[in-house]
Amino acid sequence: MNTDSIRAERVITDGAAGIITRVEELAYELKVGEVMTSPARTVTPDMRMSDVLALFRDFKVSGAPVMVNGQLVGIVSIADLIRALQENNTPAAVSEYMTTQVTTLEAGSPVIEALKLFAKTKVGRLPVVDQAGTLVGIITKGDITRGVLRALETDYQEEEVRKYRARHLFEDIVSDRTSLTLRYKIQQGDFAHGGNASSHIKRALVRLGASPQLARRCGIAIYEAEMNLIIHTTHGGVIRVEIEPHQIVMETIDDGPGIEDIDLAMTPGYSTAPDSVRELGFGAGMGLKNIQRCVDDMYLDSTLGRGTRLEMRIFLKPEEQLGDTNALADRAGKNGGMSQ
Amino acid sequence: MMELQTVIDLVEGEVLTSGFDIRRQVKGGCGADLMSDVLAYIGPGALLLTGLCSAQVVRTAQMADVAAIIFVRGKRPSLDAIALANQERIPLITSAHGMFELCGRLHRAGLRSLETPA
Repeated sequence: MNTDSIRAERVITDGAAGIITRVEELAYELKVGEVMTSPARTVTPDMRMSDVLALFRDFKVSGAPVMVNGQLVGIVSIADLIRALQENNTPAAVSEYMTTQVTTLEAGSPVIEALKLFAKTKVGRLPVVDQAGTLVGIITKGDITRGVLRALETDYQEEEVRKYRARHLFEDIVSDRTSLTLRYKIQQGDFAHGGNASSHIKRALVRLGASPQLARRCGIAIYEAEMNLIIHTTHGGVIRVEIEPHQIVMETIDDGPGIEDIDLAMTPGYSTAPDSVRELGFGAGMGLKNIQRCVDDMYLDSTLGRGTRLEMRIFLKPEEQLGDTNALADRAGKNGGMSQ
Repeated sequence: MMELQTVIDLVEGEVLTSGFDIRRQVKGGCGADLMSDVLAYIGPGALLLTGLCSAQVVRTAQMADVAAIIFVRGKRPSLDAIALANQERIPLITSAHGMFELCGRLHRAGLRSLETPA
């Protein structure tokens, strides 16, 4: 497809090959038809330039397609109007000043096509046509900016909706004790994805209503633990996070090699990490101590040759509770009343 | 507090990512090459100065709520690190100057330390 070839082109030409920000992504995702102004204000060739002036002024536009019986025959812009004004010739017909060589865009094209055309042709606006070639609107760079900003705002709102839904998760499901369990498989030596699981966990906690401080404490602890699985285990292991409104329990479990001397492993500065790991900024022998500092309770159980289980527990104060705590409190109140 | 644009000017930095707010405020600074040091001793909202270029720097920054990262002595992070930073909207900046020089410039301009002593 056309857009793929554009991406391929970028990968070769762009120094930061293939790195596409959300705004750039939107330039490919959004269609011209979604951001254009529609319908376009149009004029006819026999109208006077003074009529064009009135139209531009009244409707705050800077250009208009020129139409005859539904056919696009030209475009008249503010630059053409200025020319007519300079020549004191506003009674002249539009046909005298309009541009007849008009580049058009299809409504179904991605916005990136419009951006490329603006760069290439130096024009300020482009008429937009449907597949049959009928004029359906007009697009300017301003329309694109507004369209992209609108889409970014929608992204933001979607995240807000996600947070809203996640926060009400505990409220919507009725049980004596509801918890949400997240599981992640971690491969030994997989430094390229190191931190992915922790990143998902931190994001989940934020969506569930965790404060930035709480999300940060959990994020740091589980990230250290995730790196430990990648660095120190034989095969890797699993991360299991159980989230309840009043507490978060994070665990890492692996099947070896196990820790010979747990007290020694807990000593700051003690490390068995190889230099390759130290080059990545890890393996300084601070991980477990750091985890301990972030969580309320840490439990480390290991058998040499069998494996290690690290449990990290964070208790949430009433004001930190996850989910919609008012609703939970209400329900608890009601349940209490019913059981009496 | 210091605006990111001021930071970039002070360090004569080159910005490597996009999609972030150039007027974002950084609350202080921290210089480290050891990610565990960062995770243990940096305050939230800090500017991180480092010579380490792996994607783990960006992950560490994300976990520790780092506001922006400056790579010292002209170092450039890997493409995965840049991609990750774009995704997570963490600004990456590179400067030709060394760690001591950059910390000095920022501190002198009023950016406080957000490193907790051991």
